[in-house]
Amino acid sequence: MTMFEAILLTVATAATPLLIAALGELVVERSGVLNLGVEGMMVMGAVTGFAVAQYTGSAWLGMFAAILAGAAFSLLFGFLTLTLITNQVATGLALTLLGLGASAMIGESFVGLPGIRMNSFYIQGLTDIPYVGRFLFGQDPIFYISILLTIGVAWFLFRTRAGLTLRAVGDNHTSAHALGVPVVRIRYLAVIFGGACAGLAGAQLSLVYVPQWVENMTSGRGWIALALVVFASWRPWRILAGAYLFGAVTIGQLHAQALGIGVPSQFMSSLPYLATIVVLVLISRNKRLTLMNTPTSLGKPFVPDR
Amino acid sequence: MKKLMMALTVAASFAVAGPVLAAEKLKVGFIYIGPPGDFGWTYQHDQGRKELEKELGDKVETTFLENVPEGADAERSIERLARAGNKLIFTTSFGYMDATIKVAQKFPDVKFEHATGYKTAENVSVYNSRFYEGRYVQGVIAAKMSKTGVAGYIGSFPIPEVVQGINSFILGAQTVNPNFKIKVIWANSWFDPAKEADAAKALIDQGVDIITQHTDSTAAMQVAAERKIKAFGQASDMIKFGPETQMTSIVDNWGPYYIERAKAVLDGTWKSHNVFEGMKEGLVVMAPYTNMPDDVKKLAEETQAKITSGELKPFTGPIKKQDGSEWLKAGETADDKTILSMNFYVAGVDDKLPK
Repeated sequence: MTMFEAILLTVATAATPLLIAALGELVVERSGVLNLGVEGMMVMGAVTGFAVAQYTGSAWLGMFAAILAGAAFSLLFGFLTLTLITNQVATGLALTLLGLGASAMIGESFVGLPGIRMNSFYIQGLTDIPYVGRFLFGQDPIFYISILLTIGVAWFLFRTRAGLTLRAVGDNHTSAHALGVPVVRIRYLAVIFGGACAGLAGAQLSLVYVPQWVENMTSGRGWIALALVVFASWRPWRILAGAYLFGAVTIGQLHAQALGIGVPSQFMSSLPYLATIVVLVLISRNKRLTLMNTPTSLGKPFVPDR
Repeated sequence: MKKLMMALTVAASFAVAGPVLAAEKLKVGFIYIGPPGDFGWTYQHDQGRKELEKELGDKVETTFLENVPEGADAERSIERLARAGNKLIFTTSFGYMDATIKVAQKFPDVKFEHATGYKTAENVSVYNSRFYEGRYVQGVIAAKMSKTGVAGYIGSFPIPEVVQGINSFILGAQTVNPNFKIKVIWANSWFDPAKEADAAKALIDQGVDIITQHTDSTAAMQVAAERKIKAFGQASDMIKFGPETQMTSIVDNWGPYYIERAKAVLDGTWKSHNVFEGMKEGLVVMAPYTNMPDDVKKLAEETQAKITSGELKPFTGPIKKQDGSEWLKAGETADDKTILSMNFYVAGVDDKLPK
């Protein structure tokens, strides 16, 4: 394996959880709901995935359980914000705190156990192609899911009627409601999809990235996924680009350190975040583009008049 | 653990009901920076607490508060333990130093023990561990085992405790291979498993064939196992994460110290002190030497024996600093004050120390 190939693979592993979680949140926000609980749902996915894989011996079952756990957890958020009309920001933050605490409690007996790794694919001939073989044909299943998910979300949002409806709900829930669109039901579905994605992203962490369970193992990745959505101005392909850019800078700075480039490591460690801020500033300079893509009803509560 | 906590709560309520019984028991409190389940730093302190309970049985009663941030919260938490009737309190992170001193002034009859700091008082002791002694042995092993002659070192923060380790590691390695190199990556975090894994991958991709770390998770060990190279564990025995990978691990063994200090309070001989203990006193323990040929194992054991007996001190001259200037003359040994405030690399480290 060449160094180029090795770096490419590491970047993909680092970018995948961000990509998946951000795609989920993108759909949620496109429907007009702001769920700040990504980190909490992700960490719940991580612990559930790990636990189920331990009990059943199957990483696949762990992954599906993680998706269900994320979805179930997001349902709590949906019930509070969509049915009881609580404040979305506060509820999302509470979800994160609850997720971190609950996962620590659930995972207590799993600390210090080696996990079950989800195996990477190996296809005779294809995987051995120099430079790109391992990247294209030799990665773990969740990597391929993340790419399919990007295509799927992009297609759904901009090429299907259902996607159009979802965006309409996010842009103006009152009008959508007047047209007979079931606003709350659509938002529920979007929130559940977002939770399922966050759960899957968590499973990637505890089954592929570092197959083990430790408290707070997401270490803020849910927040980066949230930032990526804005960074990408609510566009799926830009989320892909953003996640890989972030991954590349993260891995790049580690390599630069190992090479002994005389730049302070604290600065290097902050590079991915600096890059995010710079891109955000560049994007927000173009007012028209930003306004065009921001879901207008984002974060606003909707109470159907009967 | 939850059951234990519950048992403690129940025990505490009984203690209120029966003051005669409670008076005979020594209540010992612990403040932890992380969760006991981190499988590293806090885990080992908690193991020490459990050993204390086991050894002294019903003479002691222990409580702990976990995930206490360094800063204002620390003071409140320490005070809470003092008010709850704990007569001996261990505060187990560097950042609790000032909070410990402050609370100690309010509770003169309570004994405090602060880990890894330097401020003492009439009722505040300081205890620290010479982890670097273990690093020296690891350096010797690394230089013997490495084919590329380069080891990777994942650091957390450039504080003396970590710098001591890096320097001691390279000094140990140089006794075997004078041209031995280490590459350092600073994670700027004590605990971020994914980042630690990335750092390990980056180091391996750049040609190191031994990984050692001063961060708290087992992620780097897993990466090393996956890439089929050798590695050292940190803070606890991580052999489960790399049965064919871990060569040894520095295990922080706090139990004997906790037992000794609790006994001292019980028989009234407790005095404030400032100790810096290592292999000799049993604070630094090496996990079994595995995954290496017998001659390397023998050399490692000999090195460990020499450090334990005091015959070998890792920071003994001649040692040059990284910039080539002389630090220690031949035969000269660094004093504890210099070791505890170490903020420079010795010659041979291939990295620029962040300031």
